[in-house]
Amino acid sequence: MSNTSLFRAALTRRQLMRQAGIAGLATLASPAWAETMVTLPFPGGVGDRPITTAFPQKGAMVLQRTRPPLLETPFEVYDTGVFTPNDRFFVRWHWAVIPTSVDVDSFRLNVHGHVNKPLSLTLKDVLALPQFEIAAVNQCSGNSRGFFAPRVAGGEWGNGAMGNARWTGVRLKDVLDRAGVKAGAVQVRFNGLDKPVVKDGPDFIKSLAVDHARDGEVMIAYAMNGQQLPLLNGFPLRVIVPGWYATYWVKMLNDIEVLDSPDTNFWMKTAYTIPDTPHADMKPGQAGVKMVPINRMNPRSFITNVKSGETIPAGKPAVVRGIAFGGDTGVKRVDLSADGGKTWHTTHLGRDEGRYGFRRWETRFTPAAKGPATLMVRCTNSSGEAQPTQANWNPAGFMRNVIESTPVSVA
Amino acid sequence: MTRKILPLALVSAVAVAALAAQAKAPTALKSVDVKLPKSVHALPDGPGLAVVHNTCLGCHSAGMIMNQPAMPKAAWEVEVNKMRNVYKAPVAEKDIPTIVEYLTAVKGPK
Repeated sequence: MSNTSLFRAALTRRQLMRQAGIAGLATLASPAWAETMVTLPFPGGVGDRPITTAFPQKGAMVLQRTRPPLLETPFEVYDTGVFTPNDRFFVRWHWAVIPTSVDVDSFRLNVHGHVNKPLSLTLKDVLALPQFEIAAVNQCSGNSRGFFAPRVAGGEWGNGAMGNARWTGVRLKDVLDRAGVKAGAVQVRFNGLDKPVVKDGPDFIKSLAVDHARDGEVMIAYAMNGQQLPLLNGFPLRVIVPGWYATYWVKMLNDIEVLDSPDTNFWMKTAYTIPDTPHADMKPGQAGVKMVPINRMNPRSFITNVKSGETIPAGKPAVVRGIAFGGDTGVKRVDLSADGGKTWHTTHLGRDEGRYGFRRWETRFTPAAKGPATLMVRCTNSSGEAQPTQANWNPAGFMRNVIESTPVSVA
Repeated sequence: MTRKILPLALVSAVAVAALAAQAKAPTALKSVDVKLPKSVHALPDGPGLAVVHNTCLGCHSAGMIMNQPAMPKAAWEVEVNKMRNVYKAPVAEKDIPTIVEYLTAVKGPK
């Protein structure tokens, strides 16, 4: 490599870093940087990721891991509307043995365990049941893990391990009623077609309390946003648990087992547990903290049309907009601060597509003083819970929902 | 004049949402057959690379390691033992120090 091309690579790298807001994208001309990259602005770095278009039924995604796939939604997608397009919806698998073909005629959904009549349903059987539809946010328990301080091991997500879709399918209750849940049932366990790579590795299975499973909102989806699910999002069937983290939304669902005792499998008892404290918060190294299975989501909000480090003209009205969700309930209010949290202004909310979905918010303000400023956005949900000013911490990097800050410069 | 900005923008947001709402769910599903891409990213050279290749990359591609934050040796020990004991990675006990040394060299605090 000549000195000139080295210099160019370094320059390109600096340009990349400069553009690296929440979703700064840079197409790089230099052969050494032929991939389109994004830099997720994590504390301590290691946030450079390629943008990939190599995955089936998927558009441009942030590549977190090729196998098993971890694909993040590029943040600018959230500015395009409250429903996340299927081909940009984030992807997360635990084990690499994932069937790459599913035949709709031979596929069966089995329901068994503590029931009167075990079922083996074809997809036609499922589609013939009463249809149910709901808009709901699907968010990884570890969304935003890369922003934890101190950092923790795991999938190093930015803020793009979340998406909102209109899910169409059938109520889980209707399926369970056809099998006839016996008295004494405690939990309902879900399994999908994916399998561990290694012998004796714990198969990914998750359970819900039987009353939750039969609440009439937990459902089995065969469509998202009006289309069958992309394979990597769980084709042909996926569990939908409105208001709860994505770990329960088992993909490629083919097995439902009704249990008469609590599920103590690894993925319920050990993995995906949180400190039983406000905001699932604890100190690094803190001993004796009671852990419980992760459950309801908390409120979050994001600015989607202003990037970190952007320049905003002084004395002119600026439109600021974004998305918010209430977690396990609707959005009551979204407030914006343009002075780093000293004063807050209520924003206008867009159409309500359902309490579990994304809600658009928008406002306008006129920056007066020139210089650095910090935009902050805060969601208060219908239960009155507001996003906290302090970031939480736990060893698995779960449930981040601190108020987001976007530094800008007013000029 | 500036008052007009907000309602217009809100209208466009609502229009996008309404479009999505009009999509009708399918009445039948079609079989799917896809190919998943192979990883094109390699692990950096260093003592122990061959062992790491043979024990770690069976379950996950190199990106899982390279995208982790810088972590001290003790934290990498926890990770390697977790992979072995919980996820049943085929790691021989005698290889644990080699893997931990490699990870600390490649992904330790600088």
